[in-house]
Amino acid sequence: MPDVAPAVRLRGIGKRFPGVIANDDINIDVARGTIHAIVGENGAGKSTLMKILYGVQAPDSGTIEIAGEQVSLSSPADAIRHGVGMVFQHFQLADNFTVLENVVLGAEKLHGIGAAARAEITRISDAYGLGIEPDRLVEDLGVGARQRVEILKVLYRGAKVVILDEPTAVLVPQEVDELFGNLRELKAEGLSVIFISHKLDEVLSVADEITVIRRGTTVATVDPAGVTSRQLAELMVGSELPSPSTESSTVTDRVTLHVADLSLPGAEGPGQGRPLLDAISFDIHAGEVLGIAGVEGNGQAELVEAIMGMRPGATGSIRLAGVDLDQLSTRRRREAGIGYIPEDRHRHGLLLDAPLWENRVLGHQTRKPWARLGLIDRKAARADTERIVADYDVRTPGVDTLARALSGGNQQKLIVGREMSGEPILLIAAHPTRGVDVGAQAAIWGHIKDARRAGLAVLLISADLDELIGLSDRIEVILRGRMVGSFDPSHVTPEQLGSAMTGAGGAV
Amino acid sequence: MKDPRLVKLGLGLAAPVLALLLAFLITSLVLVVAGDPVGEVWSTILGVPEERNIANILNNATVLYLSGLAVAVGFRMNLFNIGVDGQYRVAAFVAAVVAGEAWLPGAANTVLAILAAMLAGAAWAGIAGVLRARRGVSEVISTIMLNFIATGLVAYFLRRVAVREEGSNDIGTKEIPEGSRIPGFSIGDGPTEVYGFIFLAALAGFVYWFVLNRTRFGFDLRATGRSTTAAVASGISVTKMTVVAMLISGAVAGLVGLPLLFGDSYSYGSTFQSGLGFAGIAIALLGRNHPIGIAIGALLFAYLDEQSNPLQILVGVSPDIVAITQGVIVLTVVISYEVVRRYGVRLEQHAVARALEADRQEARA
Ligand SMILES: Nc1ncnc2c1ncn2[C@@H]1O[C@H](COP(=O)(O)OP(=O)(O)OP(=O)(O)O)[C@@H](O)[C@H]1O
Ligand SMILES: [Mg+2]
Repeated sequence: MPDVAPAVRLRGIGKRFPGVIANDDINIDVARGTIHAIVGENGAGKSTLMKILYGVQAPDSGTIEIAGEQVSLSSPADAIRHGVGMVFQHFQLADNFTVLENVVLGAEKLHGIGAAARAEITRISDAYGLGIEPDRLVEDLGVGARQRVEILKVLYRGAKVVILDEPTAVLVPQEVDELFGNLRELKAEGLSVIFISHKLDEVLSVADEITVIRRGTTVATVDPAGVTSRQLAELMVGSELPSPSTESSTVTDRVTLHVADLSLPGAEGPGQGRPLLDAISFDIHAGEVLGIAGVEGNGQAELVEAIMGMRPGATGSIRLAGVDLDQLSTRRRREAGIGYIPEDRHRHGLLLDAPLWENRVLGHQTRKPWARLGLIDRKAARADTERIVADYDVRTPGVDTLARALSGGNQQKLIVGREMSGEPILLIAAHPTRGVDVGAQAAIWGHIKDARRAGLAVLLISADLDELIGLSDRIEVILRGRMVGSFDPSHVTPEQLGSAMTGAGGAV
Repeated sequence: MKDPRLVKLGLGLAAPVLALLLAFLITSLVLVVAGDPVGEVWSTILGVPEERNIANILNNATVLYLSGLAVAVGFRMNLFNIGVDGQYRVAAFVAAVVAGEAWLPGAANTVLAILAAMLAGAAWAGIAGVLRARRGVSEVISTIMLNFIATGLVAYFLRRVAVREEGSNDIGTKEIPEGSRIPGFSIGDGPTEVYGFIFLAALAGFVYWFVLNRTRFGFDLRATGRSTTAAVASGISVTKMTVVAMLISGAVAGLVGLPLLFGDSYSYGSTFQSGLGFAGIAIALLGRNHPIGIAIGALLFAYLDEQSNPLQILVGVSPDIVAITQGVIVLTVVISYEVVRRYGVRLEQHAVARALEADRQEARA
């Protein structure tokens, strides 16, 4: 029986920020029991719209109706009361708490904090096939499981509409499939799901309806059965859908990065002995891209940070173009020619409350043209920031805008532009295209390929297996801190990689 | 169209003015509740100061300014240096001893004593810095502790080196020789001189601004204050920055006691003025860690202090009422900056909307 009132009806939503119009006359209907995808370029206004629907930000104009009733949402608590819940891309769980504690935190009034709460969690988990054990510690859970806890948290609070902002960016393909299975369960129970993604194939496979946002306004709502991802991309930006493909090999015989026997002991304490990195050795040559495949949390972050000199406990030897890095500080390593695109751009990549030009200088404080006699030449820094903004298509009102005001994808583009500047000899790229739209993704791949042709060595870490296979000259699989298999990207399928990553098979 | 720079300046001034009005309002409420004569209190405090008072205000402001700067250095790195009090006590004592001994002649002696004061202040604050960097001890706790230790330590050493002042029970360090004092100047023909140290304070303010905003070191310091994780990833050694920032904060704090020492008392004695460090915290907050803002805050606090002196005699109200005003200012300033910021954002949004509307009409035509 079709319900006449849609679960969510947005009419004429508008929202402005200084110098930008984030939303302008947005109209969307989300029907009950459907998965509704929202796609659009970086900075199109998707996250802003979702924050409005979740009561985090107030719209300047327009109306919100939930289940036929017009509402005004001034806080997330309001939104929850009306049955709207949201899962942010940055999880908001306390690591050293159990699932149960995390879920009831702030919602103690609903089912208490004891047996009733545990029963309710189990009930929800079973009903939607989430497979969550209430008494596990969150820190022991993988990324996919943490995301399911976040979803459960939202459902526990009675959400009928669940918003997910780029939920698949951090997941490997198997986890994405599981997530989509869960979402289908939700919709079968009559809930509505709104989700944002830049991966158009995924969107087509799971969504019932797709709304395209361009420059802050809704340009079309389409039926996935009737469109291809190419047509979707054209609706979004008017450009074509790229596909990563390696051209002829540019690998030289000069070793740029030599890592031997790199180990990092695990957290201290009884029975916690498993090392985070266990005797890792590899070489990357000039002009070579080494891809690291692995489920998040298997030592990738530690590997990168050990090479950057951010992990004091690491042992083993690391040489960059013949120079021993072991005794060098992070700054000296950067000066020696390492570009570093961190996995968590908010924690490691940006000063969110500083203007873009200061963020351009960050990590390159000692570089020309702005570093002179211990001073920083602001004019030179601004000018070079302008260059990156133009070359990497960073959508911003200006270089004095605060980094916080940029959309996620545009922040990423700025970081990529910054780290590719100054002619690095080694680029450590953790998820370089996470959160950027298809057009920008193609552009970033292009930049990496150009630099590789000019002799750049790249250590590429990515959850996107197509990206790994498309860009890498060689792929190593990392599992529980160890390199467990080496693959030739021209002969491997995402499925084979996937099973090696979970330890289910593959070359050892 | 209004000049956007004028609008920005106007907004910048609106925030502190709003804060002051609010603070006066709240203080008035307190006065009303206590049954004190509101009108008379304000007319006494807000009168135009006489020449004699102006010199006092400038002198007091000089001292408060240095204290505010010292605190602000820490604030820029998210370090809460509550120990300015102890640092300037140790520093002033060391400077008094060095200057009193007069190992060098004239101005060279002065310079040596000032350097010694900065070193002593830096060393005292550095203890907290090292504890924080190496052991993770909160600088809030350690600097408070160090304040107590400083009081005890200085009192102890003062007994060892002190000379009894003639005809009094007060003890103090040897007087600074005439040639090593910092001469003041008078405004009009008032009896009180303005400390010559005021120029050194202004210089300190300029150096603070320059180092923070123009140098790589200042960039690293501000970056660390904004995000330690991003700072580490960018190659900044956060432990080193923590120690260095505390050293600098302490060195500036070391100057706080000197205007009085070189311009008025010429020795460190039992009548030493303490408590300026806490006023510095309020002033740094009021001035938003900006060198000009801190100057305005210091002048304002000094003005209120000076003008409230005769309250007891003239209207029978305790001058402590301005301590309430000063405290309230710190709160209202935080609120009013936020209010004005939001208002500014709205203004800008309207401007954007108008531009958009104009674009559309053009497109239609
Ligand atoms: N707090 C803010 N202050 C100022 N501008 C903002 C703020 N938040 C977002 N914006 C601007 O609003 C626009 C839309 O941003 P939004 O984050 O909604 O984009 P998005 O569609 O989610 O992009 P992405 O795919 O990159 O995540 C951008 O131009 C951004 O710069
Ligand atoms: Mg977004």
